[in-house]
Amino acid sequence: MSIDWHLKEFTLALVPTPATLEHAVPDMDNAEVLRIRNDFPVLGQLVNGQPLVYLDSGATSQNPLSVIEAEQEFYEQRNAAVHRGAHHLAVEATEVFEDARQTVADFIGADYAETVWTSNATEGLNLISYALSNASLWSAQGRGNARLRELAIGPGDQIVVTEMEHHANLIPWQELAFRTGATLRYIPIDDAGALRLDTAAEILGSRTKVLAFTHASNVLGTINPVTELVALGRAAGALVVLDACQSAPHMPLNVRDLDVDFAVFSGHKMLAPTGIGVLYGKQDLLDVLPPFLTGGSMITTVTMERAEYLPAPQRFEAGTQRISQAVALAAATSYLTETGLDRVHRWESQLGQRMVAGLEALPGIRVLGPAAGQERIGLAAFDVEGVHAHDVGQFLDSRGIAVRVGHHCAQPLHRRLGLTATTRASAYLYNTTDDVDAFLEAVAGVRSYFRV
Amino acid sequence: MSLDQLYQQIILDHSKARHGSGLAGVNAPAGASTGQSHQLNPVCGDEVTLRVAVEDGKVAQVAWDGAGCSISMASASVLSEMAEGLTVDELHAVIDTFRDVLRSRGKVHADPDVLGDAAAFEGVARYAARVKCAMISWVAAEDALNQAA
Repeated sequence: MSIDWHLKEFTLALVPTPATLEHAVPDMDNAEVLRIRNDFPVLGQLVNGQPLVYLDSGATSQNPLSVIEAEQEFYEQRNAAVHRGAHHLAVEATEVFEDARQTVADFIGADYAETVWTSNATEGLNLISYALSNASLWSAQGRGNARLRELAIGPGDQIVVTEMEHHANLIPWQELAFRTGATLRYIPIDDAGALRLDTAAEILGSRTKVLAFTHASNVLGTINPVTELVALGRAAGALVVLDACQSAPHMPLNVRDLDVDFAVFSGHKMLAPTGIGVLYGKQDLLDVLPPFLTGGSMITTVTMERAEYLPAPQRFEAGTQRISQAVALAAATSYLTETGLDRVHRWESQLGQRMVAGLEALPGIRVLGPAAGQERIGLAAFDVEGVHAHDVGQFLDSRGIAVRVGHHCAQPLHRRLGLTATTRASAYLYNTTDDVDAFLEAVAGVRSYFRV
Repeated sequence: MSLDQLYQQIILDHSKARHGSGLAGVNAPAGASTGQSHQLNPVCGDEVTLRVAVEDGKVAQVAWDGAGCSISMASASVLSEMAEGLTVDELHAVIDTFRDVLRSRGKVHADPDVLGDAAAFEGVARYAARVKCAMISWVAAEDALNQAA
C-alpha cells in the first residue's frame, strides 16, 4: 500500500497531471455553455411561455443526449441479467455493467472493488450504518474477525455528524445510535455557516467510531475543510464518511487523496438518471463488514442453514442490479471528464458568486452561508423578508425559472438559522450568467408583487 | 393561467391581515365545547394549530396559530372569518365543498354564494403543488370539529 503511494507521488512529479493539462484549456464562458446546452434536450423548452431557466440542479440535474442514448442503447442492444447465464446478451450486459464500474471508479480515484452500486446516496449511507450495526451483532455472536470487532459500535461509543447535514446524512446515524446504544453528537456551525473546528476537536475522542460530514453544503454552499476533518477523525481512530452529493458532480474528487473511509453520491445530481448511486469504501473495510441487503448474486455457498458472502463489491449488491442506470452514469462521468471538472468548478463558482453578489444588493434578502467574495459552490439559498419561500418559488416559476423551496432536507440547519423554509437557486455546467441575471431580476420583483 | 389568478387580491389581503390569528390569551367562550388540531405539511413546513369552540350546535369561535406561505395563511384567515356563526353541520358542508373544488384540478368552479371569500382559492386547484397549502387549515378545522362534537 505505502509502496504504491510513493510510486504515485513519484509519477506525478514527472508527468503532467490532468490538472495542469486542463489549465491549458481556456475557462468556460457563456458561448461554450450555449453549445453545452444543445446536448440537453429538456432545457430547450418554454415554461409558462418563457424560456426555461433551470436552477434546481442541486436537487436533480438534467441528462445530456449521450447519457440518454447510453441507456437507450443498452435496452436496444444488450439488455440481460448480469453475472448469470452464459448467453451472448448476458455476457455483453455484464461487460458493459462492469466497464461502467471501472469508469466511475476512475472518476473518483478509487479501485474497481471499492466502488459499490447503490440506488442513491441515501441508500449508500444506510448501507454503511446497517453494515456497522450488523458488525456489532456479528461480533456479539462471535462471527467475523478481529478487525470486525474493532468496528463494532456499542454503548459509550460516539457517532459524530455536523449541524449542516442533509437528513440523509443525519437520520441513518440517529438510527444507528438507537440500535447500538451509542451517542450521537454534532459539530455546530457559526452564524456564517462554517463548521466550528475548535468545537470539533473537543467533541471527537477515542470513543468516536464514526465521523460523517458533507463535502459541500446543499443549503449554505460552503465547502468543508475535508483535510482538517479527516485529520481529526484519524486522530480519534474514527471511520470517516463523506457525503459527496454536492461535490462529486461539480468539482474534481479523489477519494484516495482525501483519505476518507467511505464516500457516497447520487447519479441523478450528476447528469445521470435516477435510481443509481455510488458507495466508495476502502477495500479492507468493505471486505470485512457484514452485508446490508442479502439475497441473490452476493454469495459463495448457501445451505439451508447459512450462507457465505462474496467480497466487495458484489457483497453489497444483492438482487438484480440497476444495469442501464449504471451504464448511463458512466456516460455521465465521461461527459463531465471531457468538459473538465476543474473548469466546471471554476465556472460554477463564478455563477455562485454572481448569485450572492446580486442577492446581497437587493433589499430584504438574507443569503445563507458565506458572503460574496468568499468561497462557495454554485448555489445560493436565501430568505425574502415578508414572503414565504413557497410564494417566491411560485413567482419565479411564473417567469420560467425553476428553483427549490422548502427546508432542502435540512430542518435542523434551518432551525439553527431561525428559518423554516428558504429558496435555493443551484447552477450546473449548462447555466449561463444570463440565467443568473434572469433569476436575480425576477427575485428583485418578488417583494413588490406580494406588496411587502 | 396567470399568477394573478392564483394570488387574488382577497388572498394577498388575508395573508397580511389574518382573521382569527393568535391562540395565546384568546379564551374560548365559557361553556363552549372545544376541539383543537395541529396540522403540518412536511414538504414545505406549513404549520397550523386551530381551535374551534362550539356552543348550542353553532361555531362560536375559531382561533389559530400558524406559519407558512401566503396561500395557507390567507386560507386559515378566510376560514375563521366565515366559520363563526355557522352551525357545525353547515361548516362541515362548506369544508366538503371547498375540498371538492380544490381537488378538482380546476374542473369544479367555486360558487361564491356557498364559499364566500373562500371562492378566491379556486385558482389554487390548478396548481397541484399548492392544494395542500390551501387545505391545511380546513383539514385542521374538520378534525377540531370532530373533537368538539
